[in-house]
Amino acid sequence: MVPIGHYVFLSVALLAIGIVGVVTRRNVIIILMSIELILNAVNINLVAFSRLVGSVEGQIFAIFIITDAAAEAAVGLGIIIAFFRNRETVLADEMDILKW
Amino acid sequence: MLFNEVMFYVFGVMAVVSAILVVTRRNAVQSAIFLVTALLATAGIFLNLNAEFLFIVQVILYAGGIMVLFVFVIMLVNLDVALHQVQFNRQWFVALIISAVLAAQVVAAIAVSRHTLYTLAPAAPETLEPNTERVAFYLFHTYMLPFELASILLLVAMVGAVVMAKKRV
Repeated sequence: MVPIGHYVFLSVALLAIGIVGVVTRRNVIIILMSIELILNAVNINLVAFSRLVGSVEGQIFAIFIITDAAAEAAVGLGIIIAFFRNRETVLADEMDILKW
Repeated sequence: MLFNEVMFYVFGVMAVVSAILVVTRRNAVQSAIFLVTALLATAGIFLNLNAEFLFIVQVILYAGGIMVLFVFVIMLVNLDVALHQVQFNRQWFVALIISAVLAAQVVAAIAVSRHTLYTLAPAAPETLEPNTERVAFYLFHTYMLPFELASILLLVAMVGAVVMAKKRV
């Protein structure tokens, strides 16, 4: 089997790319996509260690994380649609108001 | 056994390359397509790790469900104007430093624990079989309460998304 360290390295690489996307992009939709990448990196870690330990519980945590990702995507995209309807923009720099 | 390792590296390279393309493409639709590739490569890695149930959940729920949601929102939101503006914000240098520091920390942590990470023998694959049956046992036995809480979370998210996207609240 591939040593567990390689799975950890893959997970770290995806996490770093996701963080770069979240912090540097201006488009909110792409920021949400980067958050999905970060959650995926966590899932790879959990499943790899579940395989190492020989217990399926890590996969249960991964299922809960996928549930969270679905809820977060639904609410986040709803917010984006509501904001775009009012302000005609999806750029994070221009989202600087608390109410309209 | 060799086939297993080759497939891991193929899927790993695929995931990393698609992830880089997700954060660098100018067009959001292209980002969405590369995100599908990254998620499917992750699904392949799950299969490589004997997690068959999670593999199919990833394909159906992520690559099928969540990505359709993203593509719909990209179509609803008019991106023609945003396409010609600057894609990266002004703090990218700070972001680069923060990511570098984070990466250095994690690499140091891996270097400290490399003995464990590279020499630990994995458990026999039979301990995870039959996969779906074991997942179901833990989900409906040990983790029953978190499972019910997740359903409440999904209900709240559903109501929230509907209220948020409604024309007139």
